[in-house]
Amino acid sequence: MKSAVIVFPAANCDRDAKVALEQMTGQAPAMVWHQDSELPDVDLVVLPGGFSYGDYLRCGAMASQSRVMQAVKAHADKGGMVLGICNGFQVLTESGLLPGALMRNAGLKFVCKPVTLSVEETQNAFARHYEKGQEITVPVAHGEGNYYADEETLNRLEGEGRVVFRYKGNPNGSARDIAGILNDKRNVLGMMPHPERVVDPVTGGTDGRALFHSLIETLS
Amino acid sequence: MKARVFVTLKNGVLDPQGKAIGHALNGLGFGSVGEVRQGKVIDLELNETDAGKAKAELKAMCDKLLANTVIEKYEIELKG
Repeated sequence: MKSAVIVFPAANCDRDAKVALEQMTGQAPAMVWHQDSELPDVDLVVLPGGFSYGDYLRCGAMASQSRVMQAVKAHADKGGMVLGICNGFQVLTESGLLPGALMRNAGLKFVCKPVTLSVEETQNAFARHYEKGQEITVPVAHGEGNYYADEETLNRLEGEGRVVFRYKGNPNGSARDIAGILNDKRNVLGMMPHPERVVDPVTGGTDGRALFHSLIETLS
Repeated sequence: MKARVFVTLKNGVLDPQGKAIGHALNGLGFGSVGEVRQGKVIDLELNETDAGKAKAELKAMCDKLLANTVIEKYEIELKG
């Protein structure tokens, strides 16, 4: 599986994503600068966590307008896989690749801790190596992870099996405890928790490994 | 031409910051304060003299970048 990680200024989890991808796939991902207009030939594009453009205006708003995002949209339109983690999820909603928006945490505090997620859907490229209903522990680290969408959109996401992860013990006020969702073509996943931080026991767990195994199996 | 854009959360969208400000004002003894909603003001200078064109351009800017219309609404004020 060939992958790329987009590097935005002030994204601080791009190297975490790189290390995780390298460890899981045995191949270093291409690191693609936000001003590049083309992507290398890859199966998976990762939009990493962090604070791209200092979270100016709104989290992910400036990054969603960066040149490389045109190439990411074209990659997604062709059916290529895209994984947006944390700030990457915010970039995906801001750019219209995923519905809804991520708002200030209901408790107004930055939340940085391991959370329990329930895996809601496994019939997709990102979660097939999990069991439906499985509980996993993955860290979150965000101030704006409170997922919002209108009732109609939330019903559609649930009805179409596009809510992949839900919080057990909602840390941010997210609508219907949503932690991660798919687009309608099911090739774009956005999630606030950080699976790339739990692929090695050294960093506190391995519950993120199955996500990468799922992608590797799908894309190999 | 100068313009001012007001970006605020749509009605019905929870505004925890506004709530916290309201609580703080009540705590300071301003008992008359009810609901508080917080927003942004963006001032722009435009190289444009035609008010109609300026407004159309500002609307496009709001839809494309300045506001996230999933959760926010905006108002445009031209200042001559």
